[in-house]
Amino acid sequence: MTYIDFLLQNIHHVYIGIILICTASAIVGCFTFLRKRALLGDTIAHASLPGVCIGFIISGTKHPVYITLGAFSTGLLSAYLVDYIVNKSKLKSDVALGIVLSIGFSVGILLLTSIQHSNNAAQSGLDGFIFGKVASLLQSDVMIMAGIAIAVIVITILFMKEFVLISFDPSFAKSIGLPYEKIEFLLTAITVLTIVIGIQTIGVVLMAALLITPSAIARFWTDRLSKMIFIAIVASIFCGIMGAYLSSQIPNLPTGPSIVMFLSIVALLSFVFSPNKGIVYKYLLKAKNNQKILEENILKTIYQLGEANKRFDAYFTKKDILEKKIFQNFQLNKGLKQLKNKGYLIQSDESWKLSKEGKIKGQRITRLHRLWEIYLTQFLHLSPDHVHDDAETIEHLITPEIEDKLTELLGYPKVDPHQMEIPYKD
Amino acid sequence: MIQQHTEAPILEVHDLTVSYNKKPVLWGIDFTIPKGVMVGIIGPNGAGKSTLIKTIMGLIPISSGFVKIFEEAIDKVRLRVSYVPQRESVDWDFPTNAIDIVLMGRYHKIGLFKSPRKADIDAAMEALEQVKMTEFAQRQISQLSGGQQQRVFLARAIAQDADIYFMDEPFAGVDAATEQTIIELLQKMVQKGKTVIVVHHDLQSVKKYFDWLLLLNMHLVASGPTKNVFTDELLQKTYGGKLSLLSKVGDLLKQHEFPHRE
Ligand SMILES: Nc1ncnc2c1ncn2[C@@H]1O[C@H](COP(=O)(O)OP(=O)(O)OP(=O)(O)O)[C@@H](O)[C@H]1O
Ligand SMILES: [Mg+2]
Repeated sequence: MTYIDFLLQNIHHVYIGIILICTASAIVGCFTFLRKRALLGDTIAHASLPGVCIGFIISGTKHPVYITLGAFSTGLLSAYLVDYIVNKSKLKSDVALGIVLSIGFSVGILLLTSIQHSNNAAQSGLDGFIFGKVASLLQSDVMIMAGIAIAVIVITILFMKEFVLISFDPSFAKSIGLPYEKIEFLLTAITVLTIVIGIQTIGVVLMAALLITPSAIARFWTDRLSKMIFIAIVASIFCGIMGAYLSSQIPNLPTGPSIVMFLSIVALLSFVFSPNKGIVYKYLLKAKNNQKILEENILKTIYQLGEANKRFDAYFTKKDILEKKIFQNFQLNKGLKQLKNKGYLIQSDESWKLSKEGKIKGQRITRLHRLWEIYLTQFLHLSPDHVHDDAETIEHLITPEIEDKLTELLGYPKVDPHQMEIPYKD
Repeated sequence: MIQQHTEAPILEVHDLTVSYNKKPVLWGIDFTIPKGVMVGIIGPNGAGKSTLIKTIMGLIPISSGFVKIFEEAIDKVRLRVSYVPQRESVDWDFPTNAIDIVLMGRYHKIGLFKSPRKADIDAAMEALEQVKMTEFAQRQISQLSGGQQQRVFLARAIAQDADIYFMDEPFAGVDAATEQTIIELLQKMVQKGKTVIVVHHDLQSVKKYFDWLLLLNMHLVASGPTKNVFTDELLQKTYGGKLSLLSKVGDLLKQHEFPHRE
């Protein structure tokens, strides 16, 4: 076997391992996220370090069965210890989590240090469990991971309905006689198992990030649980592979931080770009609203100038417009240009008049403004000199349906509180 | 004034005491409820109304006494009993839609490992129709108003098709129209012979809504038909003057880790 062959084979099984871990942790992580147990995941991960060491001390080897068994025991123990402390003392759960996490991790580090000072040659690489070392994965490790990951996935599919129910509404779940404790135990057990197979790759310190971040990412993009799980898996595998690849290219870059870096980037991008929840979407929406308000204000102003002159086919200059309503100069220029392009305004030299569509629109905004002022004075009993500013905003929001209701409610009034005539459609 | 309705009660609560961390919050509750009535549980905040319902449902351990529904322990009759928790007890940001919540009411019929069948989905839609929420079936639950969320919970209970219903403040935060929809629905259920037990806060509507009342304030002040129990004197006993003595003794029990029974 040449070195290249060896490398290929190694890379191959390492990436299979990554895909399995990322899939399992994304699925389990969605439930951890929805049950708001992110800190518990972190605690379990840290508390599995002493188990790794105990497994090694007892067996004297890094054989994955002992390591996994050790990590699973102390991980599960930590989850129950947290429950026990919360139930038996007055401490709140965040305190209990903090206590168990720090005790677990420090015991783990103590054991690890003492193992490193013993002269057992087999111990080299055990410190990879802190920040993760994907290259240290052997084929035998991957076999065990594969078995556990597949078990986790199958269990989740089988118990999906029940997991969802106990995550959403525990007391209802109990009330219909669901074996709540058993199902919760199952969910906790597969969470611990997932963490246990993840720590060799990503490390105990950052395992919680692999558990939680993909579901947090997915939550930005969807409101459906099935889609959320799917997106979480895709994000998790993508970041896992990218992170593992990067850490294999850069000497001494541990896998954990490398994967978490990619996860953070994707989370940040989701935060910025996702629809409805992302800040770019919100920004674009705001820009669109401002645009609409600007255009409608210009049309309204020119309409009202026409009203005052009793001629809607007259041309008005920028000066005329600015005398009637304040606009920033560049905003007004931009708005006039756009309205001309859209066919609402007709330009001649440095003056503008409403087109037919422009007149209809300007008239509508004026009408809505005045109707709303009447509504506020009649129904909310605001004084007429207090209603203008409010109507300035609402006029841009009212839909045709609401307009119909409004006119009907007010009984097709002729004038607004300032005795301005209400212009109805011809 | 505790009227015992001894012939074949549908619900019997016998000398029930319930504690949180050794501090009793319900003391010696003892009453029965006949079949096919609309029952109101009335009492001030912290009176233990929610605790009473949860204990009857077996969600909170009993310190002493017992509960029987249809003359059986709750675990034997869960299929016939429905519980509607307080709306605030769940996270409405959960990524799911209205129909999926209502389908939860069918889970005990669907069973483990199986997914809902057409009949379950039909039943869920039918339940949504009864609470006038058909058009919101696919709506993400966080985008429902408080009153609509309450109706989704109610639809889930209807989908359970139980014989006795326990509802914790189904009228909290709903508007008058929704309250009317809900109460009409509940009255229809009672006419069909179901028993509905509701935690309620608005004393104005008590006489209109309920046939039977439980007045509760850490102990049972009164239980019986509304016309006998809804009196100024008993209400005064329920709401007037905090039961500071009872509460103080409870604290003492907790401090000294006393068993409340020897
Ligand atoms: N989980 C808990 N742990 C400790 N004490 C609790 C717990 N839940 C309720 N209590 C206490 O038990 C008492 C009864 O509470 P409960 O929620 O049953 O009252 P309630 O009558 O439903 O009040 P409300 O009208 O405010 O809903 C209160 O003093 C409350 O502080
Ligand atoms: Mg309550």
